[in-house]
Amino acid sequence: MTHEEVKQIVLDIIAEIAPDEDISNVKPDVRLREQLDLDSMDFLDIVMELRKKHGIEVPEEDYTKLASLDSCAEYLTPKFKAKAS
Amino acid sequence: MNPHSRIVITGVGLTAPNGNDLPTFRDNLLKGIANIQRMETRYMGSVLAGVCNYEATRYQKKRDLRTGTRAGSIGIYCAQEAIKNAGINWETTDKSRVGVYVGTTEHGNVETENEIFNISQFGYDTKYWSHHHNPRTVANNPAGEITINMGITGPHYAIGAACAAGNAGLIQAVQMLRLNEVDLAIAGGVSESVHTFGIFAAFKSQGALAYHDDPNKASRPFDLARNGIVVSEGGALYCVERLDDALARGAPILCEIIGYAMNSDATDTVLPNPERQTQCMRLALKKAGIAAQAVHIVNTHATSTPQGDIQEVVAINDVFANCPDTYINNTKSFIGHAMGAAGALELAGNIPAFTDGYVHPTINVDNLDPACKVHNLVVDKPLKPSKIDVILNNSFGMLGINSALIVRKFN
Repeated sequence: MTHEEVKQIVLDIIAEIAPDEDISNVKPDVRLREQLDLDSMDFLDIVMELRKKHGIEVPEEDYTKLASLDSCAEYLTPKFKAKAS
Repeated sequence: MNPHSRIVITGVGLTAPNGNDLPTFRDNLLKGIANIQRMETRYMGSVLAGVCNYEATRYQKKRDLRTGTRAGSIGIYCAQEAIKNAGINWETTDKSRVGVYVGTTEHGNVETENEIFNISQFGYDTKYWSHHHNPRTVANNPAGEITINMGITGPHYAIGAACAAGNAGLIQAVQMLRLNEVDLAIAGGVSESVHTFGIFAAFKSQGALAYHDDPNKASRPFDLARNGIVVSEGGALYCVERLDDALARGAPILCEIIGYAMNSDATDTVLPNPERQTQCMRLALKKAGIAAQAVHIVNTHATSTPQGDIQEVVAINDVFANCPDTYINNTKSFIGHAMGAAGALELAGNIPAFTDGYVHPTINVDNLDPACKVHNLVVDKPLKPSKIDVILNNSFGMLGINSALIVRKFN
């Protein structure tokens, strides 16, 4: 599982939970909430979908690590790799 | 009465199984066009239901539809349409003086059933239970979603009144306007009930769920072969204002609310009590300051259950015993029982009678039950009497809650 694949997984989840948003030009190094209309409940949706679809747990103290696509990839890729092994 | 205490309806937004605006709904009621369909529901398979197909994205983002409730969405559609219909300049309206009073039969069953099903897919592990559950299931949800969508900062709440809720929402509006708590009320009732299997299953267990090979014949109040309720969704919300305010802004006035009453049977959880229904209608007439003879249309609550229809006929035959100019009809024969929306929707379907002059019929009475014989029941075809000035709208519900609302043509 590469960083790019993890970013695509997160983008797919965002497309599902925020279907009105244009996600074609999301900048990976910019905070998601600065470029998309997402609120705290939406972030909880991202956490829930990672749990449901991929069996990935994100503890509450790590929520800030989901701030941007880059930070998502940095934080989640090892978890996906651990899950796959 | 002082124009500041007289209350008028100046707009309506609605969605019914056979129409998503008042002209379409009315046209179908006059043409005898019902719309009940077979619907797949969880655990029960195919059931008969009245389902709405309004354009939800007209006023909501897809995300809000995903996180909110069907009742909230129906409420938003109806509220927005009502404001538009009333010709209100929403941008300049003081939103802190707007009240939202939404009648519901029940709320939260749909969302709770969905979450239980959701966690059943994960071995009933509650960590998969949605964080959206609480805002979706608080009792004020449908009214609250309307305020968020429309930026209303005045009071909002839902009124739980079983199937009398549509009338109860309007009655609350009248009271709050007379108390000067608000200057504009958005009020009526909504229902998302077709999305809970529980309501179908419970009516079936009670022996009160309708069935018929032809879905559009299933809801048949007063017919000898009637066998129960067709559950429906829908909504009707009204703009309600004080007469002086409505006149000052040159509002279109659909009718005046001249009387209302609510009371309780205090006898049984499900079986209606005609004596209390009689008292309720008489109290509404007394509050309106009119005799029964002055009523030209009585829209019946009758739900197509074997027992309930008879009880209401007993009550109507008592109150309107000597009323040659009073005509009786029923709207559920077209759209099923829209639960919390029923009273409000059925009133809406009748209000155009003040302008087109017709009493819309009740349909599906192939063989009138002798026990449901009532004077001047309008069957199959619309009827045009010499005058339609006053409508009485009955709406009753479980736990013995009765309501009657009386509206008058505004001249």
